[in-house]
Amino acid sequence: MALPQVAAPPGVRRRRRSWKGWQFVGPFMLVFALVFLAPIAYSIYLSLYKNRLIGGNSFVGLDNYRQALHDSQFWSAFGRVALFLAVQVPIMLVLALLVALAIDSGRLHGKAFFRVTIFLPYAVPAVVATLMWGFMYGSQFGLVGNINDALHTSLPDPLGSRLLLASIGNIVTWEFVGYNMLIFYSALRVVPTSLYESAEIDGAGQFRIVRAIKLPAIRGALVIATIFSVIGSFQLFNEPAILRPLARNVITTGYTPNMYAYSLSFSGQQYNYAATVAIIMGVITMVIAYVVQLRGAREI
Amino acid sequence: MTTAVQPSRRTRPSVIAHKPYRRSKRRSKTLTLLTSLVAIYSLIPLAWLVINATKTQQGLQSSFGLWFANGKFALFDNIRDTFTYQDGVFLRWFANTVLYVVVGAGGATFLATLAGYGLAKFNFPGKRAVFATVIGAVAVPGTALAVPTFLMFSKMGLTNTPWSVIIPSLISPFGLYLMWTFSAQAIPDEMLEAARIDGAGEFRTFFRVSVPLLGPGIVTVLLFTMVATWNNYFLPLIMLKDPNWYPLTIGINSWNDQAATVDGQAVFNLVITGSLLTILPLLAAFLFLQRYWQSGLAAGSVKE
Repeated sequence: MALPQVAAPPGVRRRRRSWKGWQFVGPFMLVFALVFLAPIAYSIYLSLYKNRLIGGNSFVGLDNYRQALHDSQFWSAFGRVALFLAVQVPIMLVLALLVALAIDSGRLHGKAFFRVTIFLPYAVPAVVATLMWGFMYGSQFGLVGNINDALHTSLPDPLGSRLLLASIGNIVTWEFVGYNMLIFYSALRVVPTSLYESAEIDGAGQFRIVRAIKLPAIRGALVIATIFSVIGSFQLFNEPAILRPLARNVITTGYTPNMYAYSLSFSGQQYNYAATVAIIMGVITMVIAYVVQLRGAREI
Repeated sequence: MTTAVQPSRRTRPSVIAHKPYRRSKRRSKTLTLLTSLVAIYSLIPLAWLVINATKTQQGLQSSFGLWFANGKFALFDNIRDTFTYQDGVFLRWFANTVLYVVVGAGGATFLATLAGYGLAKFNFPGKRAVFATVIGAVAVPGTALAVPTFLMFSKMGLTNTPWSVIIPSLISPFGLYLMWTFSAQAIPDEMLEAARIDGAGEFRTFFRVSVPLLGPGIVTVLLFTMVATWNNYFLPLIMLKDPNWYPLTIGINSWNDQAATVDGQAVFNLVITGSLLTILPLLAAFLFLQRYWQSGLAAGSVKE
């Protein structure tokens, strides 16, 4: 299962119910209420109101939501992250899974080296990662420019309108392949090796062992990694926002839903509508995360 | 799943715990080569960063990206300039980042450890509600909360202060989850019973008996919350206006944006050197603490 069941650990049933546990859980829940629950409640409140020049703050019911349903800018931003999700997440997770299986297979020379090296980019801030790749993409003193000069080629501009989303996908993949690899690898390590041994004695090949034993055994990790990646894709902000000075005409202020919500509130002062956009994205994310979990519980 | 729980670490050399389980396997050159491609992909941008931190602003434009510039080796000049540019504001950003990390990540780890332990080892009214709320809220995009949090904090007078960055960093749902599974496995109920029979209070039991057993889990959560706070960009971006409170991420990006402004000075050599200095502490922490976080992740990993 993807998540620990509340009553799962053995011995719990023997314990008497008492309020003592709250001494430990209370402080977390207090701060959690302040930085998670209160803002959620507040944005629901905001989304039901409108601030007009004349008449001030007034209750408008679901008007903001109706407006969002017909907002082509919002839906084009949404379509962009949906496309990103559909292409980048599978590439990244499959790559991470392949590396994890390779390291776990015990057939690599220097597996500790690979495990650490491939994980390192995770420790690099998104700002630094994006700045680095942005410099490298650049046609001025970037690698693409260098290669064009040296070989007299004309590689397509990674910051042009056609390739930009793929270039962002590359940055995100670079940042998180190692992180996901580590989640898969940690899960693979706790699979009892006796399972592999008996499968081998039965004459199962490596691919069969991967399909029949390893993948089902790390189903929980696969579900968690997929959910985190879905959430991450829908929240896409840092990479396009930091690349923006390099490609101002391609990356509009409403390039992703999050950038849209950001520009609505901080340059447009439309806090109510920004909250509505945020809630719609939150609901869509939750629904997809839920579906992933349901499917993951049944099969891979 | 009760493998690799820590008490054995002290009595056995850890080499045994990491022993590859199938010694008979032949190593494969092809597989190693293919995995090397991914490793090279991971390393190229970092190599680019190190190489280009040795170039001057002119050298950056005139030399090949993945090799050193002819002429001046400017790494040490760049480092000095990074620290002294704009009256040494980089150092101030560095100190801010350390403050946010120590209080934010340290606090987050402490809260997650307490709560994870509470969830794993106590049965209390409202436990299911806690579980449902936390899991449900995690799916809400963190950045979606940013705008309402900003508005709330600005009413409370907290924006543009360190608190606006620290308080939201105190909650790590992933840390809670990890400490929960880790506590459930690493602390035998019998040890807690024994401590209680000896008359120790709950907190005394926690600090004396449980915390030592939770070591690798705590280090793991600490590292991941450190990365989250050290690398935080969106939250400080909206909360802070005063450059004196910027963390490194916002500061460096402001140097980068400066080139695009009217009569702004292009300081890409400082952006690059500053970036290198920003990532070094975290890379070092991950490399030196490898043994701890890898066993912490394995023991806390999701089981079937």
